[in-house]
Amino acid sequence: MSHKITRRKVLAGTAAGAALATFKFPAPAVAQKAPFKLGLLTVKTGPLAEGGIQMEQGVITFLKEKNYMMGGRKVDFVSADTGGNPAGAKTKVQELVERDKVDVVLGPLASFELYAISDYIIQHKMPTLSLAAAQDLTQRKPNPYLLRASATSSQAMQPMGHYAATEMKLKRVVTVVEDFAFGYEQMGGFQAAFEKDGGCVTKKLWPPIVTPDYTPYLAQISDCDGVCQGFAGSNPLRFMKQYHSFGLKFPVCTGETGGDDALLKSFGDDAIGLVSACPYTLDLENDANKRFVNGMMKNYNTVPGFYAAGLYVNCQVVDAGLKALGGDASNKEKFLATMKGLSIKDTPRGPIKFDHLGNVVGNIFIRKLGKEGAKYGLKLWNKTVKTYENVSQFWVWPEKEYLAEPVYTRSYPPLKKC
Amino acid sequence: MTFWVLLAVNSITFGGLLFLLSAGFSLIFGLMRIPNLTHGSLFMLGAYVGATLIVSVLNTSIDFWLAAILSALIVAIFGALIERLLLRRLPGEPLAQVLVTLGISFMVADFCLMVWGGDPISVATPSSLVGFVRYGVAVFPLYRLAIIGIAAVVALALWLLLERTRLGAMIRAGVDDPDMARVVGIRVSQIFTIVFGLGAALAGFAGIIGGPILSVYPGLDQDMLPLALVVVILGGTGSLLGSFVGSLIVGFLYNFGQALLPELAYFILFLPMLLVLVLRPQGLFGRQLP
Amino acid sequence: MTRNVVGRVVLVAVFLALVTLPLWLTQIYYVNVASQILFYAIFAFGVNLLLGYAGLVSLGHAGLFGIASYATAYLLAAGWGHPLSIIAAIIIGLFSTAVFAALSLRTTGIGFIMITLALGEIIWGLAYRWISVTNGDNGINVHSRPMPFGFSLTSPEAFYYVTFVVFVICTILVTIFVRSPFGAALRGTRDQPRRMTALGYHVWMIRFWACMLSGLLTCIAGILFVYYNQFISPQTLALTSSAEVVLMVISGGPATLLGPFVGSALVVIVKSVVSGYIARWNFLLGAIFVAIVILMPEGLVPGTVRLWKLGWRKTKSRRRASVLETGGPKA
Repeated sequence: MSHKITRRKVLAGTAAGAALATFKFPAPAVAQKAPFKLGLLTVKTGPLAEGGIQMEQGVITFLKEKNYMMGGRKVDFVSADTGGNPAGAKTKVQELVERDKVDVVLGPLASFELYAISDYIIQHKMPTLSLAAAQDLTQRKPNPYLLRASATSSQAMQPMGHYAATEMKLKRVVTVVEDFAFGYEQMGGFQAAFEKDGGCVTKKLWPPIVTPDYTPYLAQISDCDGVCQGFAGSNPLRFMKQYHSFGLKFPVCTGETGGDDALLKSFGDDAIGLVSACPYTLDLENDANKRFVNGMMKNYNTVPGFYAAGLYVNCQVVDAGLKALGGDASNKEKFLATMKGLSIKDTPRGPIKFDHLGNVVGNIFIRKLGKEGAKYGLKLWNKTVKTYENVSQFWVWPEKEYLAEPVYTRSYPPLKKC
Repeated sequence: MTFWVLLAVNSITFGGLLFLLSAGFSLIFGLMRIPNLTHGSLFMLGAYVGATLIVSVLNTSIDFWLAAILSALIVAIFGALIERLLLRRLPGEPLAQVLVTLGISFMVADFCLMVWGGDPISVATPSSLVGFVRYGVAVFPLYRLAIIGIAAVVALALWLLLERTRLGAMIRAGVDDPDMARVVGIRVSQIFTIVFGLGAALAGFAGIIGGPILSVYPGLDQDMLPLALVVVILGGTGSLLGSFVGSLIVGFLYNFGQALLPELAYFILFLPMLLVLVLRPQGLFGRQLP
Repeated sequence: MTRNVVGRVVLVAVFLALVTLPLWLTQIYYVNVASQILFYAIFAFGVNLLLGYAGLVSLGHAGLFGIASYATAYLLAAGWGHPLSIIAAIIIGLFSTAVFAALSLRTTGIGFIMITLALGEIIWGLAYRWISVTNGDNGINVHSRPMPFGFSLTSPEAFYYVTFVVFVICTILVTIFVRSPFGAALRGTRDQPRRMTALGYHVWMIRFWACMLSGLLTCIAGILFVYYNQFISPQTLALTSSAEVVLMVISGGPATLLGPFVGSALVVIVKSVVSGYIARWNFLLGAIFVAIVILMPEGLVPGTVRLWKLGWRKTKSRRRASVLETGGPKA
């Protein structure tokens, strides 16, 4: 009886999906009966909780929309709180994989958490769809079990560099970002792309991750015509406030964390004019995004940002992969390969596909923060001013050439005289 | 030139904020001989409560200054309760005090996440203090300059309280020699509650005053507590002058250190703290540490 | 000292439970949790030596823990073998401990807490910024576990047993130390430093050697940690980690043998197991600490012993002496 119902639902789901052609009956009965186990590594306590809570909201919004069904199977969702540290990430991934026997892992949030569990997911051949931006895990030290539907650290910053040079017409830019790997990789990408198109980075400032007052750095912003910041968490809010309070007027550009839509309700007028590059934008008018944003408003009465959207898209990937296999995820290699081969049109960030390293190829939106077009009770809005389509992690460079360069660090690419 | 003036002025304004943060910490430290490890949490709680009051209570937004005083009061009551209900039971048991204060700070941090969620809250600068003062090419935000004034007023008020009132005399007696104070009929236990409440009020007040600069976010507590520790170590415990001077020193170290020695930015405050402790364990102005 | 049967029975029961643990804990996951409890307990033993027996609270031990972890990971990545890396990591860790002790033992009390805190923060900052060695916040991966006598530690059970053996050795080591004249002298420096000096003891030197032993245990725990997680990054060295182990010791019962173990079990279980069921586990952990302070401010182990004896007296009205307490501080 329940078997039949499941099948009908599978059929309905398949008809709506794009994967009809690859769908084959009958799928193994065992796989049909048992619920599909979806695991999430996130952070719900401590300083990183802001992004982590949104990640969980993104997953639950997707599941509610699908009535807790994926690829025709009932979904058992297990959410684990790593506490935002690598040892916690390791413990929790063991909990998900060994105790809860999940079929796929979503998350974790931070790069160091992903590095901490990278070997483990290879050992256990566990398909992992992460949000963490650590570049090398889809570049020089690729992890074959990793899929990243969001972006690498510099994937959005590279178009930003191009936009800053060609459309904002900036010539000399000072960069300022937290002194850690995510910051190095963001600014490396920005600098490489910006300088390729004729710009010049004149100074790179690196405040420590805990910097209550940015004034010592703001005081060094001079001799330039623009600023690029790459802050994450609540830091962009504080930076923009302090930047504005010192009367600095240079245009500011940033990446996905620095101008995140989830911060719109927190930003003050001092952030107006901020140009950000992001793999997701609240402003995108397509069906998937409408469903997603409405779901978020209904479930949490909040607009989503990049973290929630990233996880929603990850869920879509899992769902589509599962559909294509008729709900059978028992062969992990096959499941992974299927997901990697997907090309999904209708996601909240537009069409996506994966490159052979498991990293996303998709849209990067350039948005300008202002009051125009604000919806959902917000006072401020990120208005999309340009969309770069099908952006890969290598931007305009050939893959080989890109990978031959060292990973971006604090001192690479070096400052040029200009 | 502009750069130096800007940094120097900002060192003083940041020092002012640090004084607001650490005055209460130093007071409690001096009297009760415990580093109050909930101080960062009280700061954060004050900021959250204040930010909420400003945004709206029953759709009527409250004036910034009124909100600051209200949140200071609320945090003071909370602090006094911690003292009355918990620390009161643990005189002379520093380990249990560490356990209970850290336990409370865990609870407050998680409570704030529960109530206010993870999203940071921006605290608007009071409208009368928006804008900046220009001096040549250098620009000073008006609000930051006002913090110097607020810190000075608070310092003066505390000084008057401690030096010119009966309560102050009793507190000083308690700091100097609690046993002797008891002998001469001072109800030291009541003084403890008052001082803890006062220290908490200062922390909560600092939280909301710092709001327009720092904003409010999960983890604010952990970011601020070490700063209070550094100020007290550099300035010495239990002395108002110490925390005042300590705040200024930390203000200057922070600003000039980060700007001039970016390579050392991660430990720009802890290196001097280590040096002071190794060379002068009682702090620059304090008495011998307990 | 009268023989305490109950105390012995508890110890033997705990020992047997730990030996057979992988047999009755069918879920591999819980075996891993047990390994964590054991190496955190070793870490807590180290901190307890100073905190409980010497009255010196360190808020910088995560730094030493991290130095041993980083040294192991770095040397392994540099191609050294497992035995060499482990030995070198212990030497580096002990050397760091000596510097740590030389600086921090200039004071006691609050001063000691603050110096160790500053040292811990500086080591943490170094882990972030000395990128050529630590690889910054991306951390260092350890790709394999050692194979003592050709016995692979890849499986959780094997790793558990090795951790258990090391744990037992450390427990014996600490027991011998605590009951030795040196241990008595150390307690003397905690309770009556002036009298000890007058009696001709070199108080500083006693504290220094206690620091070294504490550092040794911390390094052993750090090496087990890095092999368990097969990863090390700066977050492990943060002030919160130092505070956490101090909380383990205080909540379990300072200056007791079983206390640090119980505290470690409490914190690890709440963090890794309970957090799977209760989203607000951080609040719960804080509440447990507060409850411990209200109900048994001397810590879980001495507190339980006290309550037990209270109950025992009521029913049997017989006097009992303590064994689990090995000279805890008297309130």
